[in-house]
Amino acid sequence: MNSANIGLKKIMSAPWIWAYLAAFVVWLATVLFTGGQGSIQILSAALSFATFSVIVGIGQMYVITLGPGNVDLSIPATMTFAGAVSMKIMDTQDAMILPGLLIAIGCGAAVGIFNYGLIRALRIPPIIATLSSSFLVQSAAIAYGRGIKIKPPPMLADFTTWRILDIPVLAICVIALAALMSVVLHRTVFGRSVTAIGQNQRAAALAGIPVEFIRFATYVQSAVFAGLCGYLLSGFSGGASLNMGAEYLLASIAVVVIGGTSVAGGHSNVPGLWGAALFMFLLVTMLNTYGLTAGYRLILTGLIIVMVITLAGGRKQD
Amino acid sequence: MEGLLNPRLMRNLLPAFSLTILLILIFYIQPRTMSYLGLNLLLNLALPIAFATLAQMCVMTVNDLDLGIGSFVGFVACVGATFLRDTPAIGILILLGCVGVYAGLGALIHQRNLPSIVVTLGMSFVWLGLALLVLPTPGGKAPDWARAIMTWKTPVVPFTIYASIFVALAVHFLLMRSAYGVVLRGAGGNPRSVERAGWSLLRIKMAMYALAGFFGILSGIALIGLTTSADANIALRYTLLSIAGAILGGGEFVGGRISPIGAVIGATTLTLAGSFLSFLRISPDWQIGAQGGILIIVLALRVLINRMEAR
Amino acid sequence: MPDHNNTIIKLDGVRKSFGAVLALSGVDLEIRKGEALGIVGHNGAGKSTLMHILAGSLQADAGSIYVHNEVPVESYGIAEAQAAGIRTVFQELSLCPNLTVAENARIMNPEIKGFNWRSRASRQILDKLDEIFPGHGISANAYVGDLPIAKRQMVEISRAFTSISTQLNLVILDEPTSSLDAIVSEQLLTYVRKFTEAGGACILISHLLNEILTTTNRIIVMQDGKVVDERETSRFDRDSLVEAMGSVAEHVENGEHAGKVRTKGAEPILSIQPNETAGDMVMEIYPGEIVGLAGLSGHGQTETLVDIFLDKGKAGGRSRLPMALVAGDRQVDGIFPLWSIGKNISIASHGEFVRFGLIDRDQEKKLADSWKDKIGIQTPDLENNILSLSGGNQQKALFARALGSTAEMILMDDPMRGVDIGTKQEVYGLLRQEAAEGRTFIWYTTEMNELEHCDHIYVFREGNIVANLTRNDLTEQKVLRASFEGG
Repeated sequence: MNSANIGLKKIMSAPWIWAYLAAFVVWLATVLFTGGQGSIQILSAALSFATFSVIVGIGQMYVITLGPGNVDLSIPATMTFAGAVSMKIMDTQDAMILPGLLIAIGCGAAVGIFNYGLIRALRIPPIIATLSSSFLVQSAAIAYGRGIKIKPPPMLADFTTWRILDIPVLAICVIALAALMSVVLHRTVFGRSVTAIGQNQRAAALAGIPVEFIRFATYVQSAVFAGLCGYLLSGFSGGASLNMGAEYLLASIAVVVIGGTSVAGGHSNVPGLWGAALFMFLLVTMLNTYGLTAGYRLILTGLIIVMVITLAGGRKQD
Repeated sequence: MEGLLNPRLMRNLLPAFSLTILLILIFYIQPRTMSYLGLNLLLNLALPIAFATLAQMCVMTVNDLDLGIGSFVGFVACVGATFLRDTPAIGILILLGCVGVYAGLGALIHQRNLPSIVVTLGMSFVWLGLALLVLPTPGGKAPDWARAIMTWKTPVVPFTIYASIFVALAVHFLLMRSAYGVVLRGAGGNPRSVERAGWSLLRIKMAMYALAGFFGILSGIALIGLTTSADANIALRYTLLSIAGAILGGGEFVGGRISPIGAVIGATTLTLAGSFLSFLRISPDWQIGAQGGILIIVLALRVLINRMEAR
Repeated sequence: MPDHNNTIIKLDGVRKSFGAVLALSGVDLEIRKGEALGIVGHNGAGKSTLMHILAGSLQADAGSIYVHNEVPVESYGIAEAQAAGIRTVFQELSLCPNLTVAENARIMNPEIKGFNWRSRASRQILDKLDEIFPGHGISANAYVGDLPIAKRQMVEISRAFTSISTQLNLVILDEPTSSLDAIVSEQLLTYVRKFTEAGGACILISHLLNEILTTTNRIIVMQDGKVVDERETSRFDRDSLVEAMGSVAEHVENGEHAGKVRTKGAEPILSIQPNETAGDMVMEIYPGEIVGLAGLSGHGQTETLVDIFLDKGKAGGRSRLPMALVAGDRQVDGIFPLWSIGKNISIASHGEFVRFGLIDRDQEKKLADSWKDKIGIQTPDLENNILSLSGGNQQKALFARALGSTAEMILMDDPMRGVDIGTKQEVYGLLRQEAAEGRTFIWYTTEMNELEHCDHIYVFREGNIVANLTRNDLTEQKVLRASFEGG
């Protein structure tokens, strides 16, 4: 009895529970309104769309975990760039799917290395560095893509939209990816180092952690995930378009914050990413179902982000 | 240390220097721009970007960042093209309310010690949503007075240049020269010391956010004065442009080091960078790339100057 | 205010503690018009806490504070201190680096405003600078961030002596000359004498006994949060002052530790010159030694340790030994506050037990468990958050982190701050044992009796090594003399 109580407490104090709970409530409210109609389809769609927020959210989460001032603003540009380059090189040939994937990841890695190079060489805060580089990368994507929507190879399109019993296969893969990154976070030297730096960078350096190398790896990782996301999203949505990354800047940060990761750094939460991404999509669906226009949907989304961060509190005073 | 090679002087002159280089290049490539009409075309959108940059600079003064300024300018533009024209009293009330909301954001961020990035990011959704409610589809019409001001045919050089100089000097006076401006900047440099001297950090933060809201409003109105009609998404790019402009103008991310004149120059430089490419017959695709490139080059120059200083 | 009333501020039985550490244990102090009061004492004697209480930036736990001999002030804070005409020059500079000299003066004086405020602020601060530091060469339009540290200090001091509306009664100077050269210091001290002759009061805290002896009319000596001696300055001389600061408490003789004697011809594993100026002493570390770094806090010991650890700057270019560091300022340099005790211990060694890319939790736990027993961390569960431990036990966890790693050299940054006596004794024993097994320790400590555990002692002052003592040479007087000399 007592131990059950403690267990319950432990669950209730896990911040990511709230994201799932909120997602569930919103889903329930939607389904009640439609009288149960399409309840499965809604979930299935939510899984599909949440997938992409989660992929970039993982990278952003590691970056934000490094502590205040660390955020990657180049994610949308990297997605667009990697999507455009890989689609163009694959040129709708199924045989090129694997090389295309490697190219997308390579694009991401290049952007990440460049980002970190700017942070170090110009001694500027990461937010300014990733902002500046996003201008260049976005421009490169536009120039390279020439504004045309480049179609993906048919097999890639089929794979990214493949469902088994209404369950999107890609979502399953990304759930596995999230689980893997959770293990990396908690069980590897890299993950431990990231969390240590986010809690206290000076103490981390004095405990012998190679702080700069870890920061480098984290920024490259974020950009690589952005590249991967650009590749998959291009497949999913029928091609790489120039503004396909636009909404993912806000989304990547929002899922991290709502998912229970501390913006002050040092504490991150992988399961929360999925909860938050599902919640964000289901919220929009609910408001749609209730017949509210885009304006109300955006206002509510924004207010929820502000509310969550206000309740979660910021850095501790001094 | 003194004289021309003084690093601080060089740092202060860097924004003006980059603008001059860019102007010389443009005039060299396309001498016809050296005319009233040419300048007008080149600098068309400089003023709204300058206002947005000043708004961003106000928030940066107290070591924060506003990721919602673009959406906010868009919202103001939508209000401007609807209420402000049709029912000016309500329009003005709405805009005053916006300044209040900004001051409230400053208070919230200070009291709860929240990361400004996340709060203003959330607000960017809110502003965008409100803009869509006010103006669901692109349209509306700018108030005649806004239109009249923005298209005013001033003697010798276009209105934008007069306005930019006036605004830069006014804000310079307010933040850099006035007695209270010193306290506002001091709060960015060493908050504890300002608090120890008996000032309220809460009020300082609210004042700076309110000021940011005010400049955001000016930006939105200047924008519809030029475009005549509005659109909720009209100014989304201003968020990133304003950060880039403030940094380009010599502002620093932390420590209350800002420069209003530099910020206006930085915004103008970014506007020109786009025009420059079209004169080079390089496709406009590279416009934002060029803006990013200039930003990186200027930051690199600043590192060089700082290195010189360290020696 | 009536004429016969000469008291500016009076403290009666003021106590202050931080957690378990008692910083002030009942201090009575009265400051009168026209006097210069010197406060001396070794590290942790309570000088800084006392000064913060006078400035209103810390509130006393018990005791009363009287301003102008009225009834005790209800809640004495920054505003009350300002109203009483009390200004403080803190040791850490509190100017805004992004503002000019004149602008910083304006921040302190809200009265300067309106048209032409800038030239009035400039004139005011320049007048004061001219008065205190003639020939200072500081421009009112210079940005504080661009000024060298000595000039910043001059601006800060002048700013404290500038007041418009309220009468300036007491100026507290905490180590004001630490970054000033001899001539400028003398200018300041001359001004302090002048200021007090004109009826103002000053409190001077300094590690330079000369300054105290030549400037003040009264000296109080603090130790362990108490005033242990108080005399007219004329009744002190250098020797009696040093003597008064020494610990009166009897020493627990750890006599069996005679100290290792360095053998001639052996190679040091590390030699370092903290301040690369010619003629400065070199610190040498031999394997298996416990080397003590002494001196007043903030005189370069921590920086030297960090430089050795991060292999930076002056310690650069040497073959890198596996090292670990035990932080003294736990919250800033040591603890990961969101983690369990176990993770906090294993962080310096988790590279050791990686299997297939993953940290082996059993081995990790084994390491933490073994050190929990060895060093006696009192906790029911190592999975508990590190902050659930008392300060002393947190410190044990930090020792476990360093000692549990494979480091051959352990750097310790005054690690016994706020640690109870029992814990200390346990750790001392452990260190000796580890040193006997061949580990090398560099131990910065501010506690005199800890130096008795060391084989060799280097005393730091102003970033330099000023004394080099073997265990057998060590006496408290020698260390104190070296720490306070000069100027």
